[in-house]
Amino acid sequence: MARAEAAEAVLALNRFGMGPRPGSVAAIKADPRGALLADLERFPGELSAASALPSSAKAFRTVNEANAKRQAKAILTKKAQEKGQEKGQDEAKKQMAEASSPATEGGQGAMEMAQKTALDSVPDPGRPIYLDEAKVRIEAALAADIGFTERLVWFWSNHFCISADKIRSMSGAYEREAIRPHVLGRFVDLLLAAEGHPAMLFYLDNVGSLGPNSIAGINRNRGLNENLARETMELHTLGVRSGYSQDDVISFAKILTGWTWLSPVDNPDHGGEFIFNPRLHEPGAQKVMDKVYAQEDVEQGRAVLRDLAANPATATHIASKLARYFVADAPPPVLIERMARAFVDTEGNLKEVAKVMISSPESWSEPPTKLKRPSEWVVGMVRAAGLKQIDPKRYTDGQVLLGEPLWRPSSPKGFPDDEASWIDGLGRRLDIANAVAERIADRADPRVIIEDVLGATVSPEVKEAVGRAESRQQALALLFMSADFQRR
Amino acid sequence: MSFHPVSRREMLLGASALFAWTQLPRLARAEGRDPRLLVVILRGALDGLGAVAPVGDPDWIGLRGDRALVLDGKTPAVPLDAFFALNPAMPNFYRLYKTGQAAVVHATATPYRERSHFDGQDVLESGINKPGAVDTGWLNRALLALESGGRVSPGGGRALGIGAVTPLVVRGQAPIMSWVPQRLLPASEDTRARLLDLYQHTDPKLAAALQARVELAAIGGVTKTDDPMPDTSPSVLPIARFRAYVAEGAGAAARFLAKADGPRVGAVGFGGWDTHVNEGAASGQLYNLLGVLDGGIAALESNLGDAWRETVVVVVTEFGRTAKINGTDGTDHGTGTVAFLVGGALKGGRVIADWPGLKTAQLYEERDLKPTTDLRAVLKGLLRDHLRVEESVLASSVFPDSADVAPMSGLVG
Repeated sequence: MARAEAAEAVLALNRFGMGPRPGSVAAIKADPRGALLADLERFPGELSAASALPSSAKAFRTVNEANAKRQAKAILTKKAQEKGQEKGQDEAKKQMAEASSPATEGGQGAMEMAQKTALDSVPDPGRPIYLDEAKVRIEAALAADIGFTERLVWFWSNHFCISADKIRSMSGAYEREAIRPHVLGRFVDLLLAAEGHPAMLFYLDNVGSLGPNSIAGINRNRGLNENLARETMELHTLGVRSGYSQDDVISFAKILTGWTWLSPVDNPDHGGEFIFNPRLHEPGAQKVMDKVYAQEDVEQGRAVLRDLAANPATATHIASKLARYFVADAPPPVLIERMARAFVDTEGNLKEVAKVMISSPESWSEPPTKLKRPSEWVVGMVRAAGLKQIDPKRYTDGQVLLGEPLWRPSSPKGFPDDEASWIDGLGRRLDIANAVAERIADRADPRVIIEDVLGATVSPEVKEAVGRAESRQQALALLFMSADFQRR
Repeated sequence: MSFHPVSRREMLLGASALFAWTQLPRLARAEGRDPRLLVVILRGALDGLGAVAPVGDPDWIGLRGDRALVLDGKTPAVPLDAFFALNPAMPNFYRLYKTGQAAVVHATATPYRERSHFDGQDVLESGINKPGAVDTGWLNRALLALESGGRVSPGGGRALGIGAVTPLVVRGQAPIMSWVPQRLLPASEDTRARLLDLYQHTDPKLAAALQARVELAAIGGVTKTDDPMPDTSPSVLPIARFRAYVAEGAGAAARFLAKADGPRVGAVGFGGWDTHVNEGAASGQLYNLLGVLDGGIAALESNLGDAWRETVVVVVTEFGRTAKINGTDGTDHGTGTVAFLVGGALKGGRVIADWPGLKTAQLYEERDLKPTTDLRAVLKGLLRDHLRVEESVLASSVFPDSADVAPMSGLVG
């Protein structure tokens, strides 16, 4: 196939998709841009493979129930231990006098161990749920012809990130429920779904945020938590230093009080679901960015979110971030402006914004300087090898080693997108590439990947290094580690 | 993980994948023996002359100059007999050699005469002269011909193909199971060096980043991260990690082979031997790698325990390297090389060689050590005398192109 044609197809697949698979370059090389636009029309709002997975609330209740059982068991064990210890207390005192340190520590250690054993005897359902969710997510990326929309899911999931460190049970379902259905819809719907999702409300501490003058606030003498309000403005919509003040944050936080979830303790059937609880809600009108919001209930917060979504600062913020994610660490300003304008003109129609990006010449003329994120790179390797399934444990362990643990960013800002953040992980990538290469060397021929999967677009240097490698495994590792494979 | 329930410790210590037959060889057992055979494949083409130097050959020093391994060098080679000397990186092999439990076959090669690694490994492992002709290995076909004396590990293993790549040599119809390491195999120094070279020609930024990692590793400051697999810490020198990885893997493999109901025939493989640049036979790359191999041999011996007496380990590579040193202080793809044999069942203590000489006219295509011993003769001898595979089967299905290659006698016993 003509190298130039193939090169644009490979760029399309790497820059906007999940990377080439066997046959995908040939399938789109006649019209890569058209293929990307078509990908936006094929998007399945939900994944059939996810039909057996529990909803976020159900997963939450399941884990909660197991935790309650584990805790009860641990307490019983502890009580039994303490009883036993009372007898041996004199002995322990004697030991303490003899050794300067840790007679008691040792005793406590043993006790903690016994409690831990008791905990372990009740299986934790959170991990299998997490792994099942991971499998469905990754296999959707592997199954996609191009994967442009899957990349959009990954982008928005990271933009509106939560952390499995804080709420693992919901981490996968959150993406399916709040993010996936809206990535080609209107931004405002995505925003409402994300900020109103129990996982987000818990992650950013809104479930316990009380209006100081709400019934619950007065009774419990507790108050506001600004976290969700601030991050919504700073990270999810307007962007940092874009004209809102601390007072705006406080007012918005008051408006968001009452956005919480149903406790699983009292609600065996609906625990973990969203609820607007008026008893927590700060009464009265609030002023945010010079506009007064006088609504009485959940509509007050929704109105603010709608206005934030329509704010031009949000358009610019989102356009910059999308362009940076897909095109370049420092995208051409003209591209950002065009995408931002499309965002404003279409009232935040995300499919239209994506189309404008694809149709802009700058999206294609930028040299491939972006370093794939570890997750994209790993999926790229598996796709290049023509495989469609993964072992979720191996995948998630690998993501931990690579510094991008699935659904576990270290802050609400999500994982970074720029080269500088990831380039130091190169040594670790090499070990992973080496391990992946070893596992697939019996099924994947590096020369076939270069010719058929990558359409012979890799540089002569890469071809030479691959051709001269001492083993198929080394050849694959070098290919996967090459700049041609890692950059997009 | 796989053969049957194995302790967490064994899992953590696990290293190179072992692929082993699920049956016990019946005939040998009927003789009151319980033989073990382990095939170790060195991928990348081992420089046989750098491993076992022909110090008695008058042309040796002329050939390699100050890169020649010699008896009075800075790191002196260890004499095996009046003619050959062992690379000093292999004290365990030397100790076994001295007690008749190790041997070297020199100037040996498979029938493959081109110089492609992939094709060369294919011939080495398939046992067929034409590369890419079949998808089964000679060891598997040999097992197919062996009468089974019952299944191993009634606890049940797992079918192969699940974990690390199965070497071609054991692929085929005979049921094989795999024991797969949990630990991440670190990329070899060679792979690292090649990648760095590639980056230097294509992407200076990536080159700088990788270089920085390498330098950081060389300083050796151990930086603890929140790493769930600390043994993969990049701050540990790669060769030390590799050494630990192979030794622990070999040890684990040996423990399986030693079990009463464990497998008896298996294969492992590891790469890194393609020493084109700065070969370092006396103190560098090759020296380090041979040290890794030697550590693996020691781990096999100690972990096999009593079963070591009935064990043969054969260490083979796809081909050798050029007789002369190339322009980058390394060696390029060649032909004749060595095979190492170790194990308590061996009749060792000797270098088996029909020495071809090192004068230019004596070299294969005037560049490589000329192979004078067909590697298949060695393998056929071991399969026949150690495992009791019928000679007719060896010539017909195991190494079908080898009717004129007689099995080497007297290797075991």
